[in-house]
Amino acid sequence: MDWPALFLSLQLGLGTVLVLLPIGVAIGRLLAYRRFAGRGFVEALLMLPLVLPPTVIGYYLLVAFGAASPLGELWQRLFGHALVFSFDGLLIASVIVNLPFAVQPMQRAFEAIPAEIREAAACCGMAPLRVLGRVELPLAWPGIVTGLVLSFAHTLGEFGVVLMVGGSIPGETRTVAIAIYDRVQAFDEHSAAVMSAALLLLSVSALGLTYALSRRVGRRHG
Amino acid sequence: MADGPTSEGLVVRLVQQSPIPLDAELRCAPGEILALVGPSGSGKSTILRCIAGLRRAAAGRIAVGDATWFDSATRIDLPAYRRRAGFVFQTYALFPHMPAVDNVAAALGHLAARDRRARARQLLASVHLAGLESRRPAELSGGQQQRVAVARALAREPDVLLLDEPFSAVDQVTRRKLYRELAELRRELRMPVVLVTHDLEEAALLADRMCILHHGRTLQTASPSELLARPADVLVARLVDLKNVHEGTVLEHRPQAGFTMLRALGTTLEARMQPGFAPGARVNWVVPEGSVILHRRDRPSRGEHENPVAGVVTEFVALGENASVRIAPDGATGQLLAMSVPSHVARRNGIATGVRVTVSLLADSIHLMPWHDAMAPDEAP
Repeated sequence: MDWPALFLSLQLGLGTVLVLLPIGVAIGRLLAYRRFAGRGFVEALLMLPLVLPPTVIGYYLLVAFGAASPLGELWQRLFGHALVFSFDGLLIASVIVNLPFAVQPMQRAFEAIPAEIREAAACCGMAPLRVLGRVELPLAWPGIVTGLVLSFAHTLGEFGVVLMVGGSIPGETRTVAIAIYDRVQAFDEHSAAVMSAALLLLSVSALGLTYALSRRVGRRHG
Repeated sequence: MADGPTSEGLVVRLVQQSPIPLDAELRCAPGEILALVGPSGSGKSTILRCIAGLRRAAAGRIAVGDATWFDSATRIDLPAYRRRAGFVFQTYALFPHMPAVDNVAAALGHLAARDRRARARQLLASVHLAGLESRRPAELSGGQQQRVAVARALAREPDVLLLDEPFSAVDQVTRRKLYRELAELRRELRMPVVLVTHDLEEAALLADRMCILHHGRTLQTASPSELLARPADVLVARLVDLKNVHEGTVLEHRPQAGFTMLRALGTTLEARMQPGFAPGARVNWVVPEGSVILHRRDRPSRGEHENPVAGVVTEFVALGENASVRIAPDGATGQLLAMSVPSHVARRNGIATGVRVTVSLLADSIHLMPWHDAMAPDEAP
């Protein structure tokens, strides 16, 4: 068992979820409630990571993060190290790749709140932020948690993008999914089996939790 | 319209072409219940939502007392949460994740946090819901949910109370009970109350004044009895479901007798003196069903000299205690007189389809309206 790799995967998963929580809520809510020009385009763009091969996304991110790119250059200047082949780069890539997993369920959860309930909140004298805190988030939280759980599980299993952007630097960018690949390449089937089983267990638990939560949403609005 | 800080109650003027055409003007005094009445799509809910700030009209002004909530001329447009409007939604729109007491407390943001629950309990008690404070909306009946919604709307101590078809989602027995409760409650209400309904009886029962809407336009605002007796035009008469809308020609005015003579239904009728219509003018006129009086066969009475009209019964439908009767007057093709008589009176007089009868139209109740081409039934809403 490659413990550092598992630990790194969990770290990446948690980091991704923490960054995605405000972003996902903001984007999900925006797409649920606002009608604006180019909304369909934004939705399609967000779904792109679902259909593109991870190597393609990884390639573009690699180019975007590279030392020659404005972002890579800026990062180098601000933090003194390159964005590619670093944990930070991996985290940013992971956030981008997981956007559809986080945003979709959150958007659906916000959409499921009847417009009149939010209007009633406004008529009760609640300012928009208070409506978000008192009414929208309490009603949408199962969808929000679902989005985060899915993102977490997907991060643990992400392979192509991680390999392209992060390489396989032990303790820095080698996640458990890549470690499994390495172990198989090295004919260390036992380690590969243990780690695979661990990932399987984590994913099944995550999906189980997700389904339990979506049933809860159904009950609440039913 | 009168502007400025002296205006009392709610003053609304809304104009727009799209998405829903509006040309509305209404006023509602403190303590008064104004019913907005009109068919589906007439814009009544839209007007209510504009008042609450949930929608914005292209142009107009909404003011309550000294406060201006919306004024397109000076670009004032308070967001909904800053307008002190209590809103009862058709679906009640209670917060499903909060017990009743928290639903009400949610609108008590103006009180200190520690006082909110006690006040919410008080408000729930005032709508007869003591003991049900901890129930969630899903655990309450429709009538109970409506009461929570009313308590929540009043919690904010609103400057205006807005009711959007608040009785449409409950059964009839509950509805009657809620009518009584609203009638009781209104004695304590000091703010203007605007009630949206498509139910004329409900409006007539609860409202001090009714405002008739059609395609976003306010056609006439008056007390229910005034509207039913003296609609401004044919459209209003149709919208308040008056059956006896006819056409005729003004013959002359007889000021001494207090009559305007009218040629209609193949005869000459005496109508209440209405000098605004010139002799020779084509007019529409209306007489309430209750002012069409059946002549008794067995015992003629003095009142029978008043606008007697003879004809044949073409339709007779007994509806519970009352029977609905339609008569084709002699000499008036295509025009029917509608009347309602107690079923026992109909029986005693042998009323049935095909029977000849004579009725009197009470002159005082004959109301003249400007001539309108839209008399064809398919023009009716």
